[in-house]
Amino acid sequence: MGYVDRSRRRFLAKTLAIGCSAAASPLVTPVTFASVNSDKRLVVIVLRGGMDGLDVVAPVGDPLLAQYRPNVGAASHSDLDGFFALHPKLSGLMPMWQSGELAFVHAVSTPYRNKRSHFDGQDILEAGVAEINSDIHDSGWINRMLAQMPGAGKETAFSVGRESMLLLRGDLPMTSWSPEGRIDLSPQAQLMLDVIYQKDPLFAEAGSVALTLAAQLNLDIEVSDDDQVMMRQIMKNMQAANRFQRATSLAAFAANRLREDTRIAAFSIGGWDTHRKQTSSIKKALGQLQAALTTLKSELGQTWEKTAVVCMTEFGRTVRENGSAGTDHGTGGAMVLAGGLIRGRRVYGDWPGLRDDQLFKNRDLMPTSDVRRYTAWMIRDLYGISASELEAAVFPGLDMGGNPKVIS
Amino acid sequence: MVHSLETIAAIRFGYGFRPGEPDLGARDQLLQQISGADLAQQAFPTPGFQERMGLHRSFRALHKRVKNEDESAEPELKKAKVARRALVVNDVNMRCARAIFSPFGFRERLAAFWADHFTVIAKGQMPRVIHGDFLDRAIRPHIAGRFADLLIASTTHPSMLIFLDQTKSIGPNSKIGKKKKRGLNENLAREVLELHTMGVGGSYTQADVRQLAELLTGLIVTRKGMQYSKGAAEPGAETVLGKSYGGEKASETDILAFLEDLAVHPDTANYIAQKLVVHFVSDEPDPEMVAHIRDAFLTSGGDLQSVYTAMLEHPGAWVDIGGKVKQPFDFIVSGYRALNVQRDVISNLKPRDVWRIFEIPLISMGQPPRRALGPNGWPEEAEAWITPQGLAARLQWALVASARFGDGLDPRDFVLSSLREVAGETLKFAVAGSEKKIEGLALALSSPEFNRR
Repeated sequence: MGYVDRSRRRFLAKTLAIGCSAAASPLVTPVTFASVNSDKRLVVIVLRGGMDGLDVVAPVGDPLLAQYRPNVGAASHSDLDGFFALHPKLSGLMPMWQSGELAFVHAVSTPYRNKRSHFDGQDILEAGVAEINSDIHDSGWINRMLAQMPGAGKETAFSVGRESMLLLRGDLPMTSWSPEGRIDLSPQAQLMLDVIYQKDPLFAEAGSVALTLAAQLNLDIEVSDDDQVMMRQIMKNMQAANRFQRATSLAAFAANRLREDTRIAAFSIGGWDTHRKQTSSIKKALGQLQAALTTLKSELGQTWEKTAVVCMTEFGRTVRENGSAGTDHGTGGAMVLAGGLIRGRRVYGDWPGLRDDQLFKNRDLMPTSDVRRYTAWMIRDLYGISASELEAAVFPGLDMGGNPKVIS
Repeated sequence: MVHSLETIAAIRFGYGFRPGEPDLGARDQLLQQISGADLAQQAFPTPGFQERMGLHRSFRALHKRVKNEDESAEPELKKAKVARRALVVNDVNMRCARAIFSPFGFRERLAAFWADHFTVIAKGQMPRVIHGDFLDRAIRPHIAGRFADLLIASTTHPSMLIFLDQTKSIGPNSKIGKKKKRGLNENLAREVLELHTMGVGGSYTQADVRQLAELLTGLIVTRKGMQYSKGAAEPGAETVLGKSYGGEKASETDILAFLEDLAVHPDTANYIAQKLVVHFVSDEPDPEMVAHIRDAFLTSGGDLQSVYTAMLEHPGAWVDIGGKVKQPFDFIVSGYRALNVQRDVISNLKPRDVWRIFEIPLISMGQPPRRALGPNGWPEEAEAWITPQGLAARLQWALVASARFGDGLDPRDFVLSSLREVAGETLKFAVAGSEKKIEGLALALSSPEFNRR
């Protein structure tokens, strides 16, 4: 059971890390967010549920694909390089492909094998470790990466959305917020809140970030003296929470932060677990992914040129379709890379082939490289963190091998 | 120990204090809550499967008529749509009302624990309509019996079969499989092993998942509920976890025999014991306490009364409260209890009010009803809930709820009646120092003391 001892260490880490800052009231002391010494941006999007790389970046040049999947896959993929073709629900990304801002990596996976559990798979992906029992599976690789970056502060990395992502958890305090968040308390009550949270590090940390961000981001909000007016405002805003979680708003909010001091942003897009009727069930998730990438580009403006986006998933899916025109949990999958800093218009990776004897356990696409290897080289080229630090602290046990040079 | 047994029982094993409700004491009294008739379900009833399916089917029939340009069906379709929404909303209303007004908080907490353990995410109209039946017919009646019965009832309920794609899994060598060229879908087989019984660390392999997927074929859903279809079942025996089930002819009995064995597997006992301690006591469970409960599970053959007895007799169950954070549902339920919201205000609400009083706050705190993030249910660890955005949503709800239901309450009394000896001096001082009554109540509800258990 993964989370058992994880929380203890996480709690201790948190207590130690914020022991001093917890007492500092955001109202008394203005919080300043330190910046790292780089203007490059990294966006990490976790695709939860196991994206089917073979459908999204389809190896249509291999006739075996159609034999394995008579009832799965779209009819009109857009050609990428003569062998691979892009799912039509991502055709809105073709201009990015043409301009060299979009790339894919194929036949990659984390080191996770055989059990094919979403939840362990995602924990391994976000912890960046080789196995679930690793000593540091309780912290995310982004958090450990920031420890290698001098000047990294609380708002250097940001997770966006209502979930709490393992990707960012760890010794360093990170920031998370949801686009619709706000706080309508009088200054006096905010002060009192500070007092009652003081002795509880978990609440003190979350409360201090919440009050600071609400003040920064919702400057236009007026706290009304009329309770009824205030309640109506709050209800209206809470209702907005329901529609705000779409990828567009997550991406727009991430871009908003990235235009400021934030250098690394992360959020997730779910809906990839296409066990049945994949041809229709994958459409929604692809629409969200496309919207996230196009929104990031448009909202980041000039900053897009200094940005690299990496989308990763916990595993790929079975090569053969299952009994219900869907696919089951597999191993090798694909990554999506985008941004002005990406050396695009390429499908990276060593293609293993689709013959029975080329598959993993005669079932899944054989992974020929590690998701972490591509990510690690991106980080090295973006932020100058050395390969030895990456292999020791950020992705322990990883052999980075040669540089695939995905960053231009 | 600073906290009294009564306080620990109410906050850790129930939904907190409600003014005017007698204390139920601790240990043995808690166990008494789960024997006897389900009074909360009787007081706040929901319709059964047939009524739900009847409503769904008549909606479908009317929808078809309107689609075929039969305008005379339009008013009826509108009515059917309203009735369908009312039914789904009523399910949420009843679930919340039971938790708020039942004096048997431990029983309600157990029902919620098992509903989360056997998570079903209701996607689509039909699954939404029958979801309440899953909670009230598959889960609730079995929470104090044998784990095997609970496992069988939940695994074979239409809601679960639909959610985890079992209805789409056909034996490739069955009559239907051959004729329609259909095959297996291993979703339910995997999650039964990984999430419902042995845990992901359990001693099963991919081959077991595959064999179990074959064994489970034949479970289908019709308008009458779950049915066993021989035509969809894979013929021949399957070997799962080293034991062979069934013979040449497939039968439902083989599936039940396997689930009986799985329910008392040592890995299952360990996993369930662990989950109980994590849910009720601490994100970092005491291995000795887990072992104590696991042993009771094994010696009793998975009798849940014995399992809960083992949990409550262990000293670890009675350490001071604070090791857990209340999940959003538990947070708002205990809040409405503390605010002494009256029964006539909360039962038989209009859909709009159920939306405002329950659904909207839960959505904004990250726990929308019927929509867990995955089949593994809601996260347990405190850090998953007390995030800046999660805490901001709790604050906002605390203000709204205090404004709506806090009339006539003095914040200084409120903090004592809702938290008793758990309220610290700092909290009492802060609440008394508020400028507005509403903010005083909201501060008490937003405090670490009220959010922890």
